[in-house]
Amino acid sequence: MSMDLPEGMKLIDENGKRLDGRNADELRPIRIEAGVLRRADGSAYVEMGKNKILAAVYGPRECHPRHLQDPTRAIVQCHYNMLSFSVDDRKRPGPDRRSVEISKIVGEALEYSIFLEQFPRTSIDVYIAVLQANAGTRCAGLTAASVAVADAGIPMRDLIPACAAGKVADTIVLDLNKEEDNFGDADLPLAYIPRTGEVLLLQMDGHLTQAEFNRAIELAKGGCSQIYAVQQDALRRKYSIAAGENGGKEEEARGNVA
Amino acid sequence: MSKGNYVDILPLSGKYVPFSGDEVIGTVNDMTSSNWLFDINSPYPGVLHASESPWKVEFGATAKYLELGDNVTARILSVDDSKHVQLTMRDQSLRKLKGGHVVDIPYAKVPRVIGKSGSMIEMIKEYSRCKVLIGKNGRIWIDGEVENVLKVAKAIRIIDEESHTHGLTDRIRDFLESSFPSKHG
Amino acid sequence: MSQRSPLSEVKKGHITTLLAKGKRSDGRSFGELRPVSIIEGAIETAEGSARMKLGNTEVVVGIKMAVGEPFADTPNKGVLTTNVELIPMAFEEFESGPPSPMAIELSRVVDRGIRESQMIDLEALCITPEKEVWVLYVDVYALDYDGNLFDASSIAAVAALRNTMVPAKRFGKGEDFHLPLRSTPISCTTVKIGDYLVVDPTLEEEEVSSARLTVATDENGDLRAMQKGGSGFFTFEEVKKSIEMSVEAGRAIRGKI
Repeated sequence: MSMDLPEGMKLIDENGKRLDGRNADELRPIRIEAGVLRRADGSAYVEMGKNKILAAVYGPRECHPRHLQDPTRAIVQCHYNMLSFSVDDRKRPGPDRRSVEISKIVGEALEYSIFLEQFPRTSIDVYIAVLQANAGTRCAGLTAASVAVADAGIPMRDLIPACAAGKVADTIVLDLNKEEDNFGDADLPLAYIPRTGEVLLLQMDGHLTQAEFNRAIELAKGGCSQIYAVQQDALRRKYSIAAGENGGKEEEARGNVA
Repeated sequence: MSKGNYVDILPLSGKYVPFSGDEVIGTVNDMTSSNWLFDINSPYPGVLHASESPWKVEFGATAKYLELGDNVTARILSVDDSKHVQLTMRDQSLRKLKGGHVVDIPYAKVPRVIGKSGSMIEMIKEYSRCKVLIGKNGRIWIDGEVENVLKVAKAIRIIDEESHTHGLTDRIRDFLESSFPSKHG
Repeated sequence: MSQRSPLSEVKKGHITTLLAKGKRSDGRSFGELRPVSIIEGAIETAEGSARMKLGNTEVVVGIKMAVGEPFADTPNKGVLTTNVELIPMAFEEFESGPPSPMAIELSRVVDRGIRESQMIDLEALCITPEKEVWVLYVDVYALDYDGNLFDASSIAAVAALRNTMVPAKRFGKGEDFHLPLRSTPISCTTVKIGDYLVVDPTLEEEEVSSARLTVATDENGDLRAMQKGGSGFFTFEEVKKSIEMSVEAGRAIRGKI
């Protein structure tokens, strides 16, 4: 946030357009695919602008290390990981303080969305791999992870969409890209469930007046609603459920060693 | 089906949660002097005490009857609140599985493999002349001529991948028809 | 981490019964590779990249470059560093944390295939002898594991190197240029199951196999690197047969990158 703007770079032009041609209230193009990995119990791939993110879920499975086991419910263990080549200067593989923090808050948001009490003593392990980063990876990572949890067939309250809003060249904008994040004035990542209005992830850095904050929240909420629809669509496509097609006729059959 | 504010959901994937009375296919994962621990395709291992086995097992002689990696059919005897699972094999129909092949599918797809009143599985057995045992935990044992076993495994994979689509039974019949031309009609 | 159950005896028996009839459980012949798909240059933040699927095994490789110091014994050569990360996303038994012996063996085998074939002209990566050279990081990440990470990793690494641009401009060292390459090594792995040899094993085949041989060959079919693994043995006849199978299968891959 607030590095010096390179000479000649205009984050917002005279027509109110941003560097990548977007309007202030516009998301970057977003694409989500569910069930992209075979070994994991659930998975999803998200492209949001130039972010490329994979999420995988294993579990519920036996909880290791054992001392973390909760006899009454499942725990969620989330690992956010930036691949070494996902950024301009090679990042050393392995967790740093930033990725540990992101893992924690993203994991906590997911925890709320899952019916943990159905799986005592187990762990639900969520892995987020950032293949290519361009600002907003924690939000895109959570968006992907939530679809992966659903793809794993884990009972959940709802999907969690996430995106950021912020302030760039005195303008409140939605979904900051890398230049806007580097040279802008404020960043506000938000995850919330549109259906219920529950806020599950909220951070902010930079400088906003309370009025600007309110405007940013409105933009981020709008972004979340759009992403939520894309998440649902990804799951529908994976399971090819067109409207009215899910009333399978052979479901009543009871399985037993036959 | 919605009941007031609640919605019943049929998952298309997810882990098997053991339920008392279910018949499952397990793989021996570990053993002690008087117990076997089974992987039952679930977050929770199934415990079979020697006294619930079909054999008279002396203390410490569990490995004489079942070794690591062996498959059996077993019934879930009990599941407590923390999901500790006890198994039993004390029934004529429950036994150690020898030979054949084992495939895993999501447990939620089991009803599709069985079909309405067993129609799908009966059709598969009839065409393939294979023996097929289906565990509720999504593990399926197939026995017969190895070529036929392969084809049944393929048919089951098709059901798994296309279980939520229309016309599945017809497609499986077509597949069986072309896979076992001489065996039928 | 979760412990994966031992492969069931029934499954083991099925695999060996099939082999005795000349078949594999996925219908391949003994010398046949699984379907290969490679997407090159998909990662824009990397100097070169490849995402590769070999059957259900998937890896992503990114190449990053930086300016650094040469090693004292090779003052006029660029530096090559290869690293394979077996992240837990790919398989229930992979753990985060320091690299496992499996990851280190993989890194070294991938590195050897590239280094010993002299695929990269490291002298052309010298900027000022003894002072400045290009440092090349080949980072391989396993994303989905269904056997034979040796070949998936080394083939994807080679594919990524082939589309690598040296980022000279970003480091104030003139215009960007293609990474100078000389040859294209292809690695191919055979495993022994009972008395049978099969190429490109799936995870289940790996689990019943007793020994593994990875062979890297060049365009001429000459041998550039080898690695035997696993606690079983090969006879010399089997080693020769493995090499033949690897060269043959390597030819098939060569057409795809």
